[in-house]
Amino acid sequence: MPVIEYIDAIRLAMKEEMERDPSVFVLGEDVGVKGGVFGATRELYQQFGEYRALDTPLAESAIAGVAIGAAMAGMKPIAEMQYADFMFPATNQIISEAAKIRYRSNNDWHCPLVIRAPIGGGVHGGLYHSQCPESVFFGTPGLKIVAPATAYDAKGLLTAAIRDPDPVLYFEHKKCYRLVSDEVPDADYVVPIGKSNVMREGRDITVIGYSMPLHFVMRAAEELSREEGIETHVLDLRTLQPLDREGILAAAAKTGKVLIVHEDHKTGGVGSEVAAIIAEELLYDLDAPIRRLCGPDAPAMPFNSPGERVFLLNKDKVKAAMLELARY
Amino acid sequence: MAHWPRGMHMTQTGALRQENRHTSLGLTDEQVVAMYETMQIARKFDERAHLLQRAGKINFHISGLLQEPPQVAMAFALDRERDWFLPYYRDYAFVLSVGMTVRELMLSMFAKAEDPNSAGRQMSGHFGCRRLRIVTGSSPVTTQVPHAVGFALAAKMRGESSVSIVSFGEGSSNQGDFHEGCNFAGVHKLPVIFVCQNNQYAISVPFSKQSAARIADRAIGYGFPGFRVDGNDPLEVYRIVKEARERAVAGEGPTLIEIMTYRVAPHSTSDNDLAYRTKEEVEEQRAKDGIPKFRQYLTGLGLWSDAQEEALLQRIRKIIDEATAYAEQAPFQAEEDVLRYVYAEDEGGR
Repeated sequence: MPVIEYIDAIRLAMKEEMERDPSVFVLGEDVGVKGGVFGATRELYQQFGEYRALDTPLAESAIAGVAIGAAMAGMKPIAEMQYADFMFPATNQIISEAAKIRYRSNNDWHCPLVIRAPIGGGVHGGLYHSQCPESVFFGTPGLKIVAPATAYDAKGLLTAAIRDPDPVLYFEHKKCYRLVSDEVPDADYVVPIGKSNVMREGRDITVIGYSMPLHFVMRAAEELSREEGIETHVLDLRTLQPLDREGILAAAAKTGKVLIVHEDHKTGGVGSEVAAIIAEELLYDLDAPIRRLCGPDAPAMPFNSPGERVFLLNKDKVKAAMLELARY
Repeated sequence: MAHWPRGMHMTQTGALRQENRHTSLGLTDEQVVAMYETMQIARKFDERAHLLQRAGKINFHISGLLQEPPQVAMAFALDRERDWFLPYYRDYAFVLSVGMTVRELMLSMFAKAEDPNSAGRQMSGHFGCRRLRIVTGSSPVTTQVPHAVGFALAAKMRGESSVSIVSFGEGSSNQGDFHEGCNFAGVHKLPVIFVCQNNQYAISVPFSKQSAARIADRAIGYGFPGFRVDGNDPLEVYRIVKEARERAVAGEGPTLIEIMTYRVAPHSTSDNDLAYRTKEEVEEQRAKDGIPKFRQYLTGLGLWSDAQEEALLQRIRKIIDEATAYAEQAPFQAEEDVLRYVYAEDEGGR
């Protein structure tokens, strides 16, 4: 199986779905001629023409709103928000419209739409090119939300999202684009939405997370295994909404010690819900209080390097939290 | 020089005679009569809805009174088999014109399961019916404008000769979605018609506090034509919309139409309008009602008579009575269905 970069997995998913289905198209700022500011839509314009890799005016509510209209008309739009930080003008369209179209019309209309948005920091993007806005949309019924950590999942989840009959928010971590590479099959496949994935089997502690921080977790887990003999069970949520309740409970039950890790703010983040699910079902099976290691409750990360380091998770921070939990 | 009502001209004997305006617009006699009948159905439906709300039979009504003539005219200028309709909450006459029945509307007034708009999930006035090409709408205003642009984009990409038409009020024309939608459509010359029904009030705030300029003139900024038209003159509205549709299907892009009308009813049954305007102002505007003028036009051409009027009103009363009785006794959506359709339930996406 070829090893490819996370960003190429995203691009390949779009390219293959556009080849397979003429109603699939991409729209957003700079997605056409330039191929996206990160290159995620590179060469789609050349292969599929102006309208299927459509450069839109700089107006996010229209990108989402026009995509919603086209989706209701039977197209399969993939709307790109250049940075997740800039998708807030489209929030009304996403939460009031896309999420509610099927429900409010009693299943008469539906909205098969994908909105892709790069999340996360570590690229000196300052406050407004680094945010993780998952929690803004999390908890809005009618939306599905996915956030892949690997190239395999990036392709499989995007393919699933494009084929899904309901609106899917696809949060891709910009730090993963070139940093993460793994094996991606040539053959057609999907990663089902709503299914978590055990990345590593272990018996001592469980770490539950999603997206970029899982790579810190995996490295820390290898080190803890080697240095301390601590075996970590790692669960990648992959889909944030609907959460894989069964997968979460099985992973928590495996060790009885749970650490939840994500880059989004701690308060009101996806981890709060994961902790609540475990507390509701498994409280008396736990051997330690549920821990969370997340982004701080400050507005967004600073541009300067020390500030960015304070804000972001890294392997050492994750490892320290894992070790502390293991010794509890 | 003598002044007489528009469309009238003096014969050699000095009598005023009605000039036929509709034939040259491509409307048959039957069509203009049907337009008139639809205006009256919408009017009587609206009046009944007010009464039902006052009687405590229904919870809410948001009126389109006085806006029926332009709404009907818009619909008659469109293609019901091809076009996409994105109405706003006062568009009762519009949705009746594109095929929704009085019974269906009454079911939505009573919020019953059989309501095709939402099975009673949404407040009345929130239209949507795939079968009739009416796109589901919501309460945050103007979100439907980019949707209409999306329908037009889909039509252009698929090479279909259909247009989308979207209604909104003059208050809505200040929302970002109006500007973003117009600009997008202008750039890509999409087949969409933007219709601002300027009824002078956004709840309590008058037009003078909503905009310092004509809404129609905003079209210049987006690179397509804009027209202001008197809503009490449905034939003129028909002409403007029809020409906009012809330009759209010819690939010439969008049109913005500002229909000048007046909201004679309060914003909704929850509003007391005399807290911010006078009865005199309302009465002055009510006198400009397009419905009696259109009747006069048809009568002047010998297309309508008092006997026909009486028969029509009787027929309408019967239709509305039956629809009301039906809707009142119809069941609500079953409790076990209330939480369904958050996501697709089957493999086919439904």
